[in-house]
Amino acid sequence: MLQILTPSGDLVAEAPLDLDMTTRLYRALVFARAYDRKSTALQKQGRLATYAPFEGQEAAQVGSAAALNPDDWLVGTYRDAAAMWMQGYPLDLLFAGRTGDERGGSPPEPINVMPPSITVGGHMVHAVGLAWAERLQGSDRVAITYFGDGATSEGDFHEAMNFAGVFDVGCVFFCQNNGWAISMPRESQTASETIAQKAIAYGMPGIQVDGNDLFAVFSATRDAVLRARLGEGPTLIEAMTYRLGPHTTADDPSRYRTEDESAEWRRKDPLERVRIYLSERDRWSEEWQAEIEAQASAEVEEAVAAAEALDPPGVAGVFDAMFADLPPILAEQRRMAEEAE
Amino acid sequence: MAELTYRDAVAYGIAQEMRRDPNLVMLGEDIAGAGGVFKTTVGLLDEFGPARIRDTPISEQAILGAAMGAAMTGIPVIAEIMFSDFIAVCFDLLANEMAKSAYMTGGQLSVPVVVRTANGGGSRFGAQHSQSVENWCMMIPGLKVVAPSTPADVVGLMAASIRDPDPVVFFEHKSLFASKGEIPEGEIVDELGTARVVREGTDCTIAALALMVPRALEAADRLADEGISAEVIDVRSLVPLDTKTVLASVEKTSRLYTVEENPRLCGWGAEVASIVADEAFWDLDGPIVRITTPHIPLPAAEALEDMAIPSVDRIYETVSKTIG
Repeated sequence: MLQILTPSGDLVAEAPLDLDMTTRLYRALVFARAYDRKSTALQKQGRLATYAPFEGQEAAQVGSAAALNPDDWLVGTYRDAAAMWMQGYPLDLLFAGRTGDERGGSPPEPINVMPPSITVGGHMVHAVGLAWAERLQGSDRVAITYFGDGATSEGDFHEAMNFAGVFDVGCVFFCQNNGWAISMPRESQTASETIAQKAIAYGMPGIQVDGNDLFAVFSATRDAVLRARLGEGPTLIEAMTYRLGPHTTADDPSRYRTEDESAEWRRKDPLERVRIYLSERDRWSEEWQAEIEAQASAEVEEAVAAAEALDPPGVAGVFDAMFADLPPILAEQRRMAEEAE
Repeated sequence: MAELTYRDAVAYGIAQEMRRDPNLVMLGEDIAGAGGVFKTTVGLLDEFGPARIRDTPISEQAILGAAMGAAMTGIPVIAEIMFSDFIAVCFDLLANEMAKSAYMTGGQLSVPVVVRTANGGGSRFGAQHSQSVENWCMMIPGLKVVAPSTPADVVGLMAASIRDPDPVVFFEHKSLFASKGEIPEGEIVDELGTARVVREGTDCTIAALALMVPRALEAADRLADEGISAEVIDVRSLVPLDTKTVLASVEKTSRLYTVEENPRLCGWGAEVASIVADEAFWDLDGPIVRITTPHIPLPAAEALEDMAIPSVDRIYETVSKTIG
């Protein structure tokens, strides 16, 4: 397993990022945590629909997305808001999407981030197609797709990996192995020793990294993205991380896992090790921490306000979005639905 | 005018669009070197090369998923599913992904994919390779569904489907591949959502699709010998559905028959019957009659398959006995 920065903030290999960039990404980690906790709070107030928290997985998402070019494709899931935000997805639209407003699924051009996949696994094959089409059009844009350990049991994972290998496309498969697929532990999900080793079967490199280590995640993703961009094919990255919270706000993890396990992972927190690292290099202070937390909180509040200020979606919009032109048979149903509204 | 088989019309139609749009690509199993297991894509590899005519692993989910991903970059894509029965293997990608993309992105991400597939019975391929599954797709909001019955319609509706910004499932009928028809000179582009009156009549309307169209026409010839004037409509497109043409015909004839190859429950004709009962009830002089395959797995045995799928005899006899 690739590790560069230990949980106690010690470097065990050369840092792949300079101090300025590390500082920027630390702010992103703090921001991601603020967004995540705010979303859970909003859900409890009934202002968001079911939410899937990613606390504990911030470094996996921020570190990997930081390795992309701004116009690379990102195809993630409902638990990947931090990665999506890193790649330019507007925060207010992330919130709008979680209120059930489908306008949250249409980021402005030229942001090449797909709306979060709600089905498990169905999106991985889209990333393969995106990468294939970019190559056909002579572009060196790559596609990265995010998924969890549970999704590797879906047939889509096999088909996407196999297709990517055969088509030799510039696609990075980024698995956040957070230990649990709802209540199923990783060892009940697959008899493979690691998820990374599955790459061998598809003729591509696979690498396991400490997913709570910003540096290791960035380094591995940067290498995989470079390979993809140079036309050297796909890569599978397994980021070892942990879902500190529930599967979703509708889930209670105390029913299936121990407090001890979560506590152990708390000690491997992805933010804390970067904080220590920066602190030891005089790049961190309590005042600055308070300042960036306040900034994150303000930006998150602003995005929530923007999302909540949108006019409520109307039923006509559902009909209008379905097809480029509304078929006559639907025009009548649209009229009836509007009357009933 | 050139005469082409329905089979050759498929490649002819695809080639017309590939010449027009250099971004158009196609992927599927055995479509390149083999020219398709039904020989519907012969010659395309030679003309357009392996980057645009792309053989894939046996991987229907990835075929539709990759087609959708590629289309989301803005290029049109044709994806072939070898037998329409296999749509069941990749239904998630079709029904939950492609069909929902435009809605779930507020109309931003349409998916210009044409899913071509060989549909229907008559070839003794059995319960898992002979089904008519157009109704599976018709019931999914967000998909368009087309099923041509003639070579000219194959070309024209293929062009319309490829140029359409929404996902279209294009059903090619296996038992029509050998049939022949005239193809007009020049570029042919038809319109989705348009039915066609293929035989005019005054006593009853027979609405049919794909292989059932020539059978309905033959039955109408025999009915004419008995003095029954049947109007035959080739429905052509299930989504969008051209209800105007059907309703106008029923207004004239006052009787409606549907001829459907799909198993009876929730077949496309049930929707047509419902619409006609709703909007043209007072024009009707008798009950709407659906002539369908029974609600059974399609048998492989020759005699049983022939018994199951509506035949010219069954259409003729049903109309003759019930028109009163």
